[in-house]
Amino acid sequence: MDLSFSKEELAFRDEVRSFFRDNLPPAIREKIVEGHHVSKEDLVTWSRILNKKGWGVPHWPVAHGGTGWSPVQQYIFLEELQATPAPSPLAFGVNMVGPVIYTFGNEEQKKYYLPRIANLDDWWCQGFSEPGSGSDLASLKTSAKRKGDVYVINGQKTWTTLAQYADWIFCLCRTDPSAKKQSGISFILVDMKSRGITVRPIQTIDGGREVNEVFFDDVEVPVTNLVGEENKGWDYAKFLLGNERTNIARVGMSKERIRRIKELASQVMAGDRPVIEDPRFRERLAATEIELKALELTQMRVVANESKNGKGKPDPASSILKIKGSEIQQTITELLLDVIGPFGAPYAPEQDDGGNELADWTTTIAPGYFNYRKVSIYGGSNEIQRNIIAKAVLGL
Amino acid sequence: MDFDLSEEQRLLKDSVDGLLGDSYDFEQRKKYGAEKGGWSKSVWSKFAEQGLLGLPFSESDGGFGAGAVETMIVMEALGKALVLEPYLATVVLGGGFLRHCGSAAQKAEHLPSLIDGSKTLAFAQLEKNSRYDLADVSTTAKKSGAGFVIDGEKFVVLHGDTADTLVVTARTGGGQRDRAGIGAFLVPANAKGVTVKGYPTQDGLRAADITFNGVEVGADAALGDPANALPLIEQVVDDARIALCAEAVGAMEESLKTTVEYIKTRNQFGVAIGTFQALQHRGSDMFVALEQARSMSYFATMAGTFDDARERATAVAAAKVQIGRSARFVGQQAIQLHGGVGMTMEFKIGHYFKRLTMIESAFGDADYHLRRVSDLGGLVGDQ
Ligand SMILES: Cc1cc2nc3c(=O)[nH]c(=O)nc-3n(C[C@H](O)[C@H](O)[C@H](O)COP(=O)(O)OP(=O)(O)OC[C@H]3O[C@@H](n4cnc5c(N)ncnc54)[C@H](O)[C@@H]3O)c2cc1C
Repeated sequence: MDLSFSKEELAFRDEVRSFFRDNLPPAIREKIVEGHHVSKEDLVTWSRILNKKGWGVPHWPVAHGGTGWSPVQQYIFLEELQATPAPSPLAFGVNMVGPVIYTFGNEEQKKYYLPRIANLDDWWCQGFSEPGSGSDLASLKTSAKRKGDVYVINGQKTWTTLAQYADWIFCLCRTDPSAKKQSGISFILVDMKSRGITVRPIQTIDGGREVNEVFFDDVEVPVTNLVGEENKGWDYAKFLLGNERTNIARVGMSKERIRRIKELASQVMAGDRPVIEDPRFRERLAATEIELKALELTQMRVVANESKNGKGKPDPASSILKIKGSEIQQTITELLLDVIGPFGAPYAPEQDDGGNELADWTTTIAPGYFNYRKVSIYGGSNEIQRNIIAKAVLGL
Repeated sequence: MDFDLSEEQRLLKDSVDGLLGDSYDFEQRKKYGAEKGGWSKSVWSKFAEQGLLGLPFSESDGGFGAGAVETMIVMEALGKALVLEPYLATVVLGGGFLRHCGSAAQKAEHLPSLIDGSKTLAFAQLEKNSRYDLADVSTTAKKSGAGFVIDGEKFVVLHGDTADTLVVTARTGGGQRDRAGIGAFLVPANAKGVTVKGYPTQDGLRAADITFNGVEVGADAALGDPANALPLIEQVVDDARIALCAEAVGAMEESLKTTVEYIKTRNQFGVAIGTFQALQHRGSDMFVALEQARSMSYFATMAGTFDDARERATAVAAAKVQIGRSARFVGQQAIQLHGGVGMTMEFKIGHYFKRLTMIESAFGDADYHLRRVSDLGGLVGDQ
């Protein structure tokens, strides 16, 4: 057993760390530190900087633009990226639809879509959830009926993150209404400019507009936009959701947030001393750091397993990463809220790209706390993750 | 021992619940929030008509001479309906100062218009560095002729942008954190040198940052002893904490009710999600947290009338700790059990969560009050 990185891994860490430090536009970094929204332009800019370096999609197969790094290197890359802090590449493209396309798509699809994803030429969004189908995703109703060379899609998706920017949406649609739940579903790529698509924003409790409803009204999509086989979409979706675990724990991000808490808590006064000197606060912070260290090691064990056994098979241990990762991220937003105390009250919602004259770092903290309630809901809620552990690990 | 409401108290509860039932559903609340000032003048008039605004004041002052339990009943109802109007700021805080130590002249000037709903008040206390310490005051009130000149900055003054009169804490002597040398002053919001910058707060209410720049007031502006008003301020703020505890209980009760209704009707996997034992247990834990909070709200309400300031302070601080913890748990789980819809502005549950969050840090969060309870020796004494 050896818990430390090798000399080569440490050198690699230094290399990515200094690349991020030297190449991330400081204004983008500042936004993340202060809890503001990162704009579409910011993410495009950063994704292209990474892609130019050859790091746009490091975890993809080399043939499609990946780096061939080991799982440990991949892990280091993500941790360093989050700790910088730099924006994470758009997951819907690089972590979700990209791997589905290079694994199950045809040559033409690979050739067309993959480079565009790596360079963020196309903004992708995820059309899985529906109003009646959240945790029970397989009950989805949006239908795709084949009519000659096209599928005609009707129905509604919801909670579609950043669909307002999207060029493309990958959808799960029911292609065989007579088949059993999971077996009649297909994975279809839809151009957001298609006739019959309406996007309606949903405002979240923090005041933001990151999610949307997407309506499909007789939307015609070429049958060539089907990925893999018709009615096999559920398998691809499971594969996709299994891939989500790669950065679900977000240990690097939590480390960055804890550094931020320490910085702010040394500035904000509580009576005659800064908040950081309040023993109760310090202890709660320390307890969170302990939880985070445990999670980091658990994550490294998962990564090591992956190095040994190869990628692909979903590891039920990833449910630990989801549960603990989300809980720690949420605790961190609570600690920040406690640092700012009564000064967190002013409400100054930000526009996606613009500011608000009242907005500054203090006005992002309570919204951050409200917004992060989502992390235990999406990506398979924490209750669903516990069900998975109970079934798949404990055999109950 | 008797936890039952008296006949009169029950009538009061029914009438407040009735009034809010008729005029304060979630859609109506949205409309009120969009009105100028962020709350509804017509609802406020109804409060006045039903005698809610005069409740705690003595009959000789034009009020109803009601006690702490009556205020608790009203605050719980306001919490349940997520009311936006400035009851806490005007009746409990501003009115509290007048009630506890207003001179005959001060009462005569301010109470009639408070009770009839034509004027509102706000309490300007928080400063850049004071956080939760009421004795930490940098705003100054310097003697000038017969009166005072006030200089300083106050933040997050609840309903400060619509108030006609502000109660301002300011130092007449001593250093920044001395207990002595603090006064409380009645200042007209339109006085020369007062600058009010209003804004919405996270929970849909409103507040203001207020600057006092050479604001001249007469000697009659001082509430109580201008050199030693801290005990008074502490008492009024304790009253406000007690009121907030009751409001939180109302908000938690409604959150739980809404959540239980939701999980009974939301279907996934072919059944109502409320049939999953994991969610049943979560709901049960929310219920436990709510009832523990309710008990401490009762405790604080009784303690408000204790003569011993130390005993009162310990009890109120303890209640604020319990309320803070329960509010956080109930609020968070209410969102969790709603899933995605809990995250939206469109559903009311998120608004309860946000109000509960703001109550947590109002006049001291759980950590702050936990320290006070432990510094004051805890609650279980010698036998
Ligand atoms: C901010 C945000 C962004 C999102 N982005 C996207 C996106 O881009 N694309 C997309 O397709 N989807 C997205 N989602 C949707 C997300 O995946 C769903 O919200 C999630 O699957 C939960 O579904 P639901 O909201 O319908 O809640 P429900 O499934 O109705 O769940 C409600 C509650 O019941 C619990 N529950 C459900 N089933 C069980 C069970 N068997 N046992 C115990 N408890 C159970 C849940 O844990 C939850 O607490 C997003 C959601 C949010 C909040």
